[in-house]
Amino acid sequence: MIRMSDKSTIPFGPQHPVLPEPIHLKLVVEDEKVVEAYPSFGFVHRGLEMLVQKKDFNQMVYVVDHICGICSAMHGQAYCQAVEELIGIDVPERAKYLRVVWAELHRIHSHLLWFGLLADAFGFENLFMLSWRIREKIMDILEATAGNRVIISVNIVGGVRRDIDTEQAKWLLDELKEVEEGLKELEKIVKNNYTIKQRTVGIGVLSKDDAYMFGAVGPTLRGSGVPIDMRTTGYAAYGNLDFEPVVETDGDTYARTIVRVREMFQSIDLVKQAINKMPEGEINVKVKPNLPAGEVITRVEQPRGEVFYYIKSSGGKNLDRLRIRTPTFANLASLLHMLPGSTLADVPVLVLTIDPCISCTER
Amino acid sequence: MGLKEFVEKSFKKSPWVLHYNCSSCNGCDIEILACMTPLYDMERFGMVNVGNPKHADILVVTGTVNHKNKEVLKNIYDQMPEPKVVVAVGVCAATGGIFREAYNVLGGIDKVIPVDVYVPGCPAKPEAIIDGLYKAAEILKEKYEKMGKAEEVLK
Ligand code: SF4
Repeated sequence: MIRMSDKSTIPFGPQHPVLPEPIHLKLVVEDEKVVEAYPSFGFVHRGLEMLVQKKDFNQMVYVVDHICGICSAMHGQAYCQAVEELIGIDVPERAKYLRVVWAELHRIHSHLLWFGLLADAFGFENLFMLSWRIREKIMDILEATAGNRVIISVNIVGGVRRDIDTEQAKWLLDELKEVEEGLKELEKIVKNNYTIKQRTVGIGVLSKDDAYMFGAVGPTLRGSGVPIDMRTTGYAAYGNLDFEPVVETDGDTYARTIVRVREMFQSIDLVKQAINKMPEGEINVKVKPNLPAGEVITRVEQPRGEVFYYIKSSGGKNLDRLRIRTPTFANLASLLHMLPGSTLADVPVLVLTIDPCISCTER
Repeated sequence: MGLKEFVEKSFKKSPWVLHYNCSSCNGCDIEILACMTPLYDMERFGMVNVGNPKHADILVVTGTVNHKNKEVLKNIYDQMPEPKVVVAVGVCAATGGIFREAYNVLGGIDKVIPVDVYVPGCPAKPEAIIDGLYKAAEILKEKYEKMGKAEEVLK
């Protein structure tokens, strides 16, 4: 009998039920095993870095906010910190704490969103609904404090554009208590549920050395036991807050899930600390309309890991160059390392395990 | 109820929705997903999110069109069976929005496929999206009835 080659090629994406975003993977499979994976990109490329030539540096804040809807506040924050460093202005203390509050709220909503999608990827529809129900509380807080649910655009060069007054802060903390209750419930499910363990324990193992070698960032890296977290560099007000990077050592999807669940509790704690320590005062300072010449890099910890901003200016209103390296880009190498050898049914879980954000990556 | 009426009723009362992210910023996509979750619950209008274009009646598109994904979008649209309705969610699906001036952006999705309902907002609020989908379901009904008439004429 003549056999055809055992290998077949399966396209995964760009339009795929488990992916809210278009990414295309060409999977070469042998029976049920994936032997090779080739990614293809560019479905979301818009060319935002080039927009610096058309928009001035203040308008650019809103453009970088729209790089990604999930971690928009942190993109704005990273960009503003870079420009502020270039100009050499000191942001008021209160603005720094406010930035922490919004950034951490974003981290909670991003992790909850991811958790829902992961549950959906292995068919646990109910858990998807549960985690998104908790997430709606965070969206309410964002809407009440910043005026919009998803893209809140709170950062401006020189500070933030909205304040959180005492009354609102009290309400915020009350709401967060409810979120915390919900998260405890969620944590119980993650720790005890048979289905979740079957689908995540031992799936997509990334050893400590591999994670480091492939340049992984964020929960992907910390799930493999490397305690690197950009917040420990003390940007914004993180230097005055008390926290430790969350680390797990197993390096599989389950470990990364636990990292993210623990980070949500950490974020709630950070919001509480920031609100309690927040000094009174101004929330932004005036900025001169022209930039000095120079280049600056900044790094900020996003929900998915470290984002890297580079800006270059030779004076004037517009920047010359803006370069962004996003966390998903850094994690893709690890993903392509994890895919070969897995079964086809695990591919959605593996793709989601790095929490891919394609809009960020392709800009 | 005969089979024909049954099919007709389930078609009108329960349109299936396919979501495609062209090149959006995710903002509108997560709001569409939020529509399916308990707080907004789009399923009370019988709308179910599906992953296969061949099962879908309503195509929900977010984001702008670029040179790479215009073919994907056209392909998905062509695979959907008639009658079909397209909903453009967010300003960038309508006109290009904030990305309009970027070099790889062609503009709104109506450059590539016909659009029936535009939902404004950046990002569009879940309430607005549900409203848009409800309108889309009504347009779908109209299109379906027109198609039925055409069939009768052809007989
Ligand atoms: S309309 Fe706004 S929020 Fe929606 S995808 Fe476009 S840029 Fe993002």
